[in-house]
Amino acid sequence: MSAPTAEPAGSTGVRWSVPLVLLVLLAAVPAVANAADMGFVTSLATRIMIYAIAAVSLDLILGYGAMVSFGHAAFVGIGAYAVGIASAHDQWNAAVTFPVAIVAAGAFALLTGAISLRTRGVYFIMITLAFGQMAYFTASSLSDYGGDDGLTMWGRSELFGTTPFEDDTAFYYVVLGCLAGCFLFARAVVGSRFGRVIAGVRENRLRMQAVGFNPYVYQLVAYAIAGMMAGLAGALLANHAEFVSPSYMAWQRSGELIIMVVLGGMGTLHGAILGAIAYLTLEEVLSHWTEHWRVIFGPLLILVVLYARGGLGRLIGRSGGDG
Amino acid sequence: MAEPILVLEGLCKAYGALTVTDNLSMAVQAGSIHALIGPNGAGKTTLIGQVSGQIAPDAGRIRFAGRDVTDLPMHARCRRGLARSFQITTILPRFTALENVAVAAQAHDGHSFRFLRPAAAEARLNDAAMQALETVGLGDRAAIRAGALSHGEKRQLEIAIALVMKPTLLLLDEPMAGTGHEESERLVATLEALRGSLTILLVEHDMDAVFALADRISVLVYGRVIAEGAPDEIRADPEVRSAYLGEEGAP
Amino acid sequence: MTATLVAVQVLNGLQLGVLLFLVAAGLTLVFGVMDFINLAHGVQYMLGAYLAVSFYGLTGNFFAALVLALLAALAFGLLLEFLVFRHLYDRDHLDQVLATFGVILFLNEGVRIVWGAAPLSYPIPALLGGTIPLMEGFGYPIYRVAMILAGLATAVLLWVVVTRTRVGMLVRAGATNPRMVSALGVNIRRLFMIVFGFGAMLAGFAGVMAGPILSVEPGMGDGVLILAFVVIVIGGIGSIRGAFVAALLIGLVDTLGRSFMTDIFKAFLAPAAANQVGPAIASMLIYLLMAGVLFFRPSGLFPAAGR
Repeated sequence: MSAPTAEPAGSTGVRWSVPLVLLVLLAAVPAVANAADMGFVTSLATRIMIYAIAAVSLDLILGYGAMVSFGHAAFVGIGAYAVGIASAHDQWNAAVTFPVAIVAAGAFALLTGAISLRTRGVYFIMITLAFGQMAYFTASSLSDYGGDDGLTMWGRSELFGTTPFEDDTAFYYVVLGCLAGCFLFARAVVGSRFGRVIAGVRENRLRMQAVGFNPYVYQLVAYAIAGMMAGLAGALLANHAEFVSPSYMAWQRSGELIIMVVLGGMGTLHGAILGAIAYLTLEEVLSHWTEHWRVIFGPLLILVVLYARGGLGRLIGRSGGDG
Repeated sequence: MAEPILVLEGLCKAYGALTVTDNLSMAVQAGSIHALIGPNGAGKTTLIGQVSGQIAPDAGRIRFAGRDVTDLPMHARCRRGLARSFQITTILPRFTALENVAVAAQAHDGHSFRFLRPAAAEARLNDAAMQALETVGLGDRAAIRAGALSHGEKRQLEIAIALVMKPTLLLLDEPMAGTGHEESERLVATLEALRGSLTILLVEHDMDAVFALADRISVLVYGRVIAEGAPDEIRADPEVRSAYLGEEGAP
Repeated sequence: MTATLVAVQVLNGLQLGVLLFLVAAGLTLVFGVMDFINLAHGVQYMLGAYLAVSFYGLTGNFFAALVLALLAALAFGLLLEFLVFRHLYDRDHLDQVLATFGVILFLNEGVRIVWGAAPLSYPIPALLGGTIPLMEGFGYPIYRVAMILAGLATAVLLWVVVTRTRVGMLVRAGATNPRMVSALGVNIRRLFMIVFGFGAMLAGFAGVMAGPILSVEPGMGDGVLILAFVVIVIGGIGSIRGAFVAALLIGLVDTLGRSFMTDIFKAFLAPAAANQVGPAIASMLIYLLMAGVLFFRPSGLFPAAGR
């Protein structure tokens, strides 16, 4: 029999139609942008998709696992630094640097998660925040790799002698492919046995222990998976900007990732993509208008939290009623 | 006689100055339905918590199925065949009733580090879950979110979750609490049908249910077993009558 | 010379420690009593410094500026409580994080609009100028000593308030068992407001004191906020005593680590390597300390009972 899912998301139709429409629209961006002679849109959309990957990875643990990780930007930064540092040593092969970036971010997640997940609630929030800051300050102190000022890369990664990242349009589709892949993987995970355990622990930890699961182990693995996915986003981000900097790991970045996930609607995965699009587009538009755009965005965020909790995803047909 | 399936030796638990379990020893015979009764505050739920592994005793040993499990965490004891229901309903509210049971079945069917295959499509888990739901009479409520079930249905769901794990020892902490007369009768019938296939340690205030089901009864007062025996002996015990049954009205 | 250097750094560490304590005390009280995670506590510290800049500009007197800034910080804290925070007490932690993050974005940027992005300052009062001789030809600024003493005095005051007064008793009870306090018929909203305003004022006090020796600039509260988080996590959320011990510990470990870590590594590493590793480890030190404490005591050194 086909049982309904354990996900908090709405109907099956929304779960697949929204992301499908999103991906199709995203695939059309470079052509439209070129036709309209607005190349910067392609670059902005690339950045949006990279952050969308990070947001999807955060939604995996925040939306499905109720782990409010406030240090998620550190994983992105570690992935970026892996690629940046490799480039400083003249290693440009993405077949080497990307796995290193992903494994490095995953290892950091495993290590810090092993300690953070011993705690709950606010302790967890603050500890992940502190570990994020630790990564930030460590990057700042890497004087061989630019320290505070960051590290400029003199090009983008290669793949076995070819340069699929060099052309902005080609790179755009590489990023889109990564986003689609991560999204599909995350969607499979939340519906799998593993995802069911993660969601079950969110619902009631004691119950899951009483049926024979050790929540800690499952949460830790989920945390590491999310870290690896964010590490991939970081590797792409380094290639996009051709620059890495400690600011990628600043705690404000972690906060922004949470905003994206919540703005788009937690626990839907495609909501994280919507949230990344909404947040970064809003930032772009507002900052064109005034350099003090945060004065507008801050109160906006407060109002959303106070009065419109549930995010964009809910507007586009979440079943609602819980949350 | 074979070794009892559960042996408690000198268990002690105190919260500050309040002693909740006072050097308690008792044994539960395999295959029996063993009831634990006592007034409120006697330490029944704390005792169930210690047996299940949710609460660590200050002293004493717990032997289950011939092995010392005192130092095992709850999930490890569960894997050895010890299942429990909670006095305060403990379910996964946003999962459907079926999923609540299927995830418990999953815990006892291979490992759960499978990341890609949809769990909802695993017929073996769903079938086992459906069977457990039907056993407790929730078959037609399988697709309802657990949070939306009535109180009585949630109590039944707890039993189904415990049953699907095919435990050798089932700890039931006031399964009838807050349920209607009809639901209680159904639950008594359900437990009666299980007699012999597993061991049940039952904490319950509903004396009709206790005396209908129990092979043996232990009376707990202030963390100590003041009497133990067959239902008829307990009914006749003057100490029990004054300490406990007197205040609730003898059956 | 080395002994003097150590003495100076210990004093610097204590000074950072008391500063952190003043910020962390409000944070841990607000958290302990209301179960409310307030990221905006750091901007209240920043605001204290900026208010002192303006009031100093008006009065030309440090102490007048101090008093006025404290009152303004209190008023502003109460205003924030009224406008934003009180609507968040019964929300989950994620909502509290997001909304108070919004407050940070707004205030950091607002400060930039009102006072500009450039660092500002105001002078140390003449009364507290000069140095105390530590050794021949080597002195320690009196102002910093005064900061340490002011911080310690506040700690004592706080301890008396929390352990000896009726409000303090309610605060302690609230940190242990919030439901019981409201069951006692205490006006919990008013208690929250008092604790909140008081916490904001303490953070503002720290900001005012830090103004003359640190640059007053947008975002100056963010780093302090994170350190204060580390402090209350190590100390145990809700515990004033824990906050005090942990604040001094963090102040000392961080200051001494940054001063001496490179030299320590030079003892068994090549100088070039030590220059690389030393600062990196020094900046990680307090987080490693936190990780270590939490590994053995997941609820901190002095966990509030019942939580």
